[in-house]
Amino acid sequence: MGETEQLGKHQTARRAFLACLGSAVAGGAAMAATTAVLSKETRAAAAAGAPPVPAVPGYDWSKHHWAFGVDATKCIGCLRCVEACKVENEVARDAHHFRTWVERYVYLEGEDRARIDSQADPVNIAASGSEGEYRFANRYKDAKVEKAFFVPKLCNHCTHPACVQVCPTGATFKTDDGVVVIDHTYCIGCQYCVQACPYGARFFNDELKVSEKCTWCYHRITKGLLPACVEVCPVGARVFGDLKDKQSPISRFVANNRVEVLRPETGNAPNVFYVGIDKDVS
Amino acid sequence: MDPLSAAAPFTGYVYPNETVFAWGVLIVVYPYLTGLVAGAFTVSSLYQVFGLKRLRPVAHLALLTSLCLMIFVPSPLLLHLGHPERAFNAVFTPHWSSAMAMFGYFAGFYVILLMLETWFVFRPYMVQQALRRKDLMGRLYHVLCLGSHDLSDKAMRYDRKWIFALAVTGIPAAHGLHGYVGFLFGSLKSREWWSSDLMPAIFLFSAIISGTALLIVLYVLSCKLRRVPVEVDCVKGMGYTLWGFVMFTLLLEGVEFGSLVYKGREGIDIIMEFVSTRLVVPFFVLQFAVGAVTPIIILSYMFWRRTAGRALVAGITVSAVLVVFSVLMMRFNVVIGGQEIAKTGKGLLSFPWEIFGREGVLAAASVLIAPFLLLLVIIRLLPPWEDGHGHDKAVA
Repeated sequence: MGETEQLGKHQTARRAFLACLGSAVAGGAAMAATTAVLSKETRAAAAAGAPPVPAVPGYDWSKHHWAFGVDATKCIGCLRCVEACKVENEVARDAHHFRTWVERYVYLEGEDRARIDSQADPVNIAASGSEGEYRFANRYKDAKVEKAFFVPKLCNHCTHPACVQVCPTGATFKTDDGVVVIDHTYCIGCQYCVQACPYGARFFNDELKVSEKCTWCYHRITKGLLPACVEVCPVGARVFGDLKDKQSPISRFVANNRVEVLRPETGNAPNVFYVGIDKDVS
Repeated sequence: MDPLSAAAPFTGYVYPNETVFAWGVLIVVYPYLTGLVAGAFTVSSLYQVFGLKRLRPVAHLALLTSLCLMIFVPSPLLLHLGHPERAFNAVFTPHWSSAMAMFGYFAGFYVILLMLETWFVFRPYMVQQALRRKDLMGRLYHVLCLGSHDLSDKAMRYDRKWIFALAVTGIPAAHGLHGYVGFLFGSLKSREWWSSDLMPAIFLFSAIISGTALLIVLYVLSCKLRRVPVEVDCVKGMGYTLWGFVMFTLLLEGVEFGSLVYKGREGIDIIMEFVSTRLVVPFFVLQFAVGAVTPIIILSYMFWRRTAGRALVAGITVSAVLVVFSVLMMRFNVVIGGQEIAKTGKGLLSFPWEIFGREGVLAAASVLIAPFLLLLVIIRLLPPWEDGHGHDKAVA
């Protein structure tokens, strides 16, 4: 796919997202419903011995294998992704619950370790004026910065997810198309999965009293849309697609770059592939 | 809940979602209770299975203590769950790869085992009471006998066989239950502070010392309250048991900590910062120096000097109180301390104490006290004493 073609698809998808943004509440509800229906269907099908099929019209999860790419060299730390995710998925608008976040790594002259913060840092919250608005404060303007970059973070939808392994009820599970989701109607809220995730990607939803995390906007991708964070990224730092489609953005991203994953030593085998990260990123 | 009030202050870099502690003081109480269960059962088994006759005065008290504690073990978990009404999901549709899913089965099996053993042990007493008393309590004992009023030699031999079999089965069950609790933490690879193969063994041995120490305290306290003389030989026997197991627990904990530091894997810098600053008082001073090393010194000195009588009982009781406290600190340092070290390996969090509320200190303290209130009731129903008020009428 050429860059123009990719951009064109991006813009089309963005229009679709903007339309969707207006009905974010309905979208969130639809997502919850989709997840619930999906799991019920799955359980019913599994009980009948038939292969599980999600109840999304026209969607066959056996034909997809979703994956995510992050090009940290492109990220400008605008935090639109964080904003879009919070709106799209109705995530609590505070500094302690994020399905996705952005980290800033700054190496000052004479220092061998990065200074790291995210939009949830108190200094950045003070700069934005509210926990519900996101920006990076210009806190290093008087310092001599040697190297600096941003790293978007989200659930890695691991091939061997530690969170799924430890869930006592199976409320969180991996779908056939490679996404780790949570059945909010079955989760008991023990938070063992929150503890087990080495990436800090899970949190407790205080309203629903269940665990919550990024689903790669499963309610959107099963309808042919992009995840909200990918949709709004103005620089293409976030890439999403189907690994079964060799021409998809993610297939090309993985094929054309030397990609890394976070904390490979855990054996979780993440499916978020990074380009342009550094030794202190984990 | 106001998210800001529940959020933890931090230094360095922590993942944004880490600023809300997933597990609070209730999850400190949970392994503490299961540990006391396993420890108390060990004391009971040392008499029932291994024939340590000097422990006879506490054997049945140990069994009742274990039962009362076990009944309350699920309560901190249920209070913690976001959806306690769905708790049985883990039992009816367990996810077999989850260590936590096994809890319902382990706990269920062990509660039944404890109830059965208690029933067999106290059956003669219940039969005698049912036949002697004509009041409401008599009726209650009659019901508790479950229609089995035979106290012939043959029946008693049969009972003894069952008690032995249940006590033998109970050893792996009690220790398995608690070793498994250690596995819940040790198997998580997300936190260097928890991720240790030695964790189940450390939990197990600290459980044994906590249960033994608790029994010493309960026994001496009960003797004082009932104004009967303390059997020094019994307390001395438990003192020896405590001394041996505390030494071994200290060794295991030392090996684990030494290995963590020596391996020096990713994140060790922040762990060293943690232990050398905020953990100095709760870990080195309270858990080790006050709670483990001091009892070892007291006990060693008394055994060496052949201290006897009231001084020995006093020394062993003080040591036991310190050990009971030390193990509570150990649970706290594992559960809360582990979460204070950020998963990033680059920051530290401070646990935000909550006094009131479902997961606050008051709730945790209530859960911790409740089993002992139940024990107060049960020992009136089934007296475990040896001095003519029950124990001698129970199966020895």
